[in-house]
Amino acid sequence: MKNKFNLFLIIVIFIFIFVIFYKSLQDTNIYTPSVKINNEIPSFSAKLLYSDETVNSQEIFESNKYYLLNIWSSWCVPCREEHALLMDLTKEKNIIVFGLNYKDTKINAQEFLNELGNPYEKIMFDKDGVKSIEWGAFGVPESFLIYNNKVVEKYIGPLNKELIKKIKLLIK
Amino acid sequence: MKLLRLFFVIFFIIFPNQIKAEEGDLKNKITKNLRCLICQGQSVYDSDSEFANSLKIVVNKKLDEGFSEKEIYKYFEDKYGEWILYDPLFNKNTYFLWLLPLLIFLIGGAIIFKKFIKKHQ
Repeated sequence: MKNKFNLFLIIVIFIFIFVIFYKSLQDTNIYTPSVKINNEIPSFSAKLLYSDETVNSQEIFESNKYYLLNIWSSWCVPCREEHALLMDLTKEKNIIVFGLNYKDTKINAQEFLNELGNPYEKIMFDKDGVKSIEWGAFGVPESFLIYNNKVVEKYIGPLNKELIKKIKLLIK
Repeated sequence: MKLLRLFFVIFFIIFPNQIKAEEGDLKNKITKNLRCLICQGQSVYDSDSEFANSLKIVVNKKLDEGFSEKEIYKYFEDKYGEWILYDPLFNKNTYFLWLLPLLIFLIGGAIIFKKFIKKHQ
């Protein structure tokens, strides 16, 4: 009786471990950041890049309007690639593009915009990267589609033509 | 009187340093428990990436604002999800993870105890 019970126990434990290992086989161990959307936009104040005016993040976003907040930097190569798409997006009437300049210098940022154009209606300055952390960002570039003071979509990495198409569809 | 003065001098030299040291310890402890999300396998404490450096600044700021260790973890968890914490919090997804070692310990203990009693009988 006792032997049978022990055998049963061993089999149960074996099956249990097998199931756990088998399930973990299918899990990827490469981390893909969970995109937390429909979150309220964070509250913080930031200086604008070209004036010493300080703005509050919750005041500049009006409800019932679409905004695209783009985190960028002059030293970031993918930002350069997506910049033309942002310029293209500004032609849309229903969306306002804001910029959050990440760990950059004012001179370099200005040169970057002079060269490629300025799609941003307002540019907030994030010298030490703290504001980007408030937004739950990882680095540059990263974009947030905002509607009614909520983050509707989050795009990690550079925007591409397909994403811009999607955004244009969403805001129509 | 001289002794008292000496005591005060020593006290004021050591005590503020002590506070600073404790603050540093707490900051290190927190950043060691935060995962650098863009450099896998490294904590924020170990990493020198832009992301980790910004996170260190935020931890410092939050400590200055009087946030407790738990509140800081909660803040980062809200922003980035639970993956950012090396020590997962105790919730329904992690009951098993936290309780399994305890369970194994208890079962092992019971087996040893049983054998021990058998031997003595």
